[in-house]
Amino acid sequence: MINALFFMSSGLFLGWSLGANDAANLFGTAVGTKMVKFKTAAIIISVFVIIGAVISGAGASHTLGALGKVSELPGAFIVALAAALTVFGMTNYGLPVSTSQSIVGAIIGWNLFANITTDINVLSKIVGTWVLCPVLSALFAALFYFLFSKTIFKFKIHLLKLDQYTRIGLILVGAFGAYSLGANNIANVMGVFTTSVNLPPLSIGGFFTLSSTQQLFMLGGISISVGVFTYSKRVMMTVGTSIYKITPVAALIVVLSSSTVLFLFASESLKIWLTSRGLPSFPLVPVSSSQAVVGAVLGIGLAKGGRNINLSVLRNIGLGWVVTPLTSAVISYISLFFMQNVFLLNVY
Amino acid sequence: MSLKNIFTNHAQELENDINKYLEVVSNSNMVFHRDSLNFIKGNIEVFENSLDEISTLENSADDYQKEIKYKLYKYMLIPEARGDVLSLLENIDNIVDHMKKLLVQLSMENPYIPERLNEDFEELIELVSESVDYLIKCIRAYFRNISMVNEYVNKVDFYEHEADKIEERIKRKVFNELDLKEFSKKVHIRYFVEKIAEISDRAETISEITSVAAIKRRI
Repeated sequence: MINALFFMSSGLFLGWSLGANDAANLFGTAVGTKMVKFKTAAIIISVFVIIGAVISGAGASHTLGALGKVSELPGAFIVALAAALTVFGMTNYGLPVSTSQSIVGAIIGWNLFANITTDINVLSKIVGTWVLCPVLSALFAALFYFLFSKTIFKFKIHLLKLDQYTRIGLILVGAFGAYSLGANNIANVMGVFTTSVNLPPLSIGGFFTLSSTQQLFMLGGISISVGVFTYSKRVMMTVGTSIYKITPVAALIVVLSSSTVLFLFASESLKIWLTSRGLPSFPLVPVSSSQAVVGAVLGIGLAKGGRNINLSVLRNIGLGWVVTPLTSAVISYISLFFMQNVFLLNVY
Repeated sequence: MSLKNIFTNHAQELENDINKYLEVVSNSNMVFHRDSLNFIKGNIEVFENSLDEISTLENSADDYQKEIKYKLYKYMLIPEARGDVLSLLENIDNIVDHMKKLLVQLSMENPYIPERLNEDFEELIELVSESVDYLIKCIRAYFRNISMVNEYVNKVDFYEHEADKIEERIKRKVFNELDLKEFSKKVHIRYFVEKIAEISDRAETISEITSVAAIKRRI
C-alpha cells in the first residue's frame, strides 16, 4: 500500500494542482468579490468534487484508458509526473495550460516508449472535444446571457433581490461545477493508475461498496480538496479581483456554462439517456475547465455585441492544444527512459 | 458571507428600508415645494407653523441612511454596487439637508421678494421640485429597472436646464429691470434664487452618477 501510495504521489500532486487552480474557476468571482466566504466555497467544492469523482468519474477515465492502458505502476507514476511537471512549468512561465491536454500528451509519450500504437480514432475524438469544449461553452454562455437578461428585465428584479438570487445561484452552480469538475477531471488525476492499482472493494458502513477505481477516485478527490484548502484562496482572489472583472451575474453564467460543458463530457447516464433515444451523444473525455471558462467569457462578450474581445486569448488556447501535449509527451518519454534504465523499474 | 446569511432574506428588509428612505426624500420635496410657495405668496404664518416638518423629515432621512449603511456592511450585501448605492443615498440626503437649510434661512433672513417676481419664483420652485421628483424615479429605476434610468436622467436634465433659464431671468430682472434701491436686497434675492436653483443642479449631478452606476449594473 505504501509502495502504491508513493507511486501515486505524482497523480496526487496533479490533483492538488488541479484543486489549487481550477477551483478558482468555480468560485473565483464569488470569493474575490466577497459574495461567498472562502471557507464556505472550499467546503462545497471539496464535498462535490469527491461525489462527482466517485459517482461519475469512470466515463472520462475509460476514454483515457482507451488511449493508453498504462499497465505498470512506475509507468503510471511517470505519466502523471510528466503531466504535473508540464502543468507546473508552463504555469510558471505564464503559459495557458490544461491538465487534460497534459495527461493526454504524457500517455502518448508512454505509448511511444512502450511501442504501442496510439488509437488515432480515440485521439481524434479527444482532440475534437478540446476544440468543441470552449466553443460549446461560449454558445451556452451566450444562450444563458440572453435568458438571464430577459428574465431580469421582464420581472424587474430589485438590485438587492438579484444580489440574493445571485449568491444562492453561485452556491448551487458552484456545487454543480465542483461535481462536474470531479466527474470530468478525476480521470486526469487518477485515470492512469486504474489499470496498475487494484484495491479490494471497500464497504462504507454497509450502505454502499466502493470499487478499486472508485477508491482511487476518492483519493484523487481528496487531493483536489487539499489543493482547494491549501492554495486556491490566492488564485481565487486573483481571478475574482484582477484577471477578468465581470459582474456576479456574469460570473454565475460563466460557471453555469462551463460546468454544463464539463458535465456533458463526463456524464455516463446522460450519454445512455441520449443514445437510447437515438440522439447524438457527447464523448466522455476530460476537458479543460479553464478553457471552458475562457469560452464562456468570450460567449458573453459576443452576446453583448463582440466589443473588447481579446483575440490573442483564442490564439493562446489554440497554441495550448499543440504545445501542452507535445511538451508532456517529450517529458514523459525521457522520464520513462530514466525510470527504466537508471532505476531499473518496469514501466510497461 | 456565510451560508446562513446567504439564505436569510435580508434583501427584503433592506429593500423596504430603501423604499422608505426614498419616500421620506419624496415627502421632503413636497414639503419644500409647499413651504417655499407659501413664503413667496406671503403666507408667512402658515409657512412658520409648518417649518418643523422638514426638520423631522430630514432627521428621519438621516436615520434611514445610517440604518441602510449599517445593514449593507453587516450582511455584506451587493458588494459590487455597495459603493455606488451608498454614494447615491448620501448625495440625495444632501438635497434634503439643503432644502431644510434653505427653508430655515428663509424663515430667519426673511428676504424681500417683490410681487413682480412671484410668478418667476413659483415657476422656479415647480421646476426644481419636478427635477427632484424625476431624480427619485431615476434612483428607483436604478434598483429595479435599469432600462428606464436614462429616460429619467433626461427628464432631470430638462428640468434643470429650464430652472437655469428662470434663475437667469430672475437675476436679470433683479439687477436690470426692478426699481430696487438697495443693492443688498438685490444680492439677497440673488442668493436665494441661486440656492433654490442649486437643488436642481444637485439633482442633475446625482442623476448622472446614477446613470454611470446603472451601466455598471448591466450583466
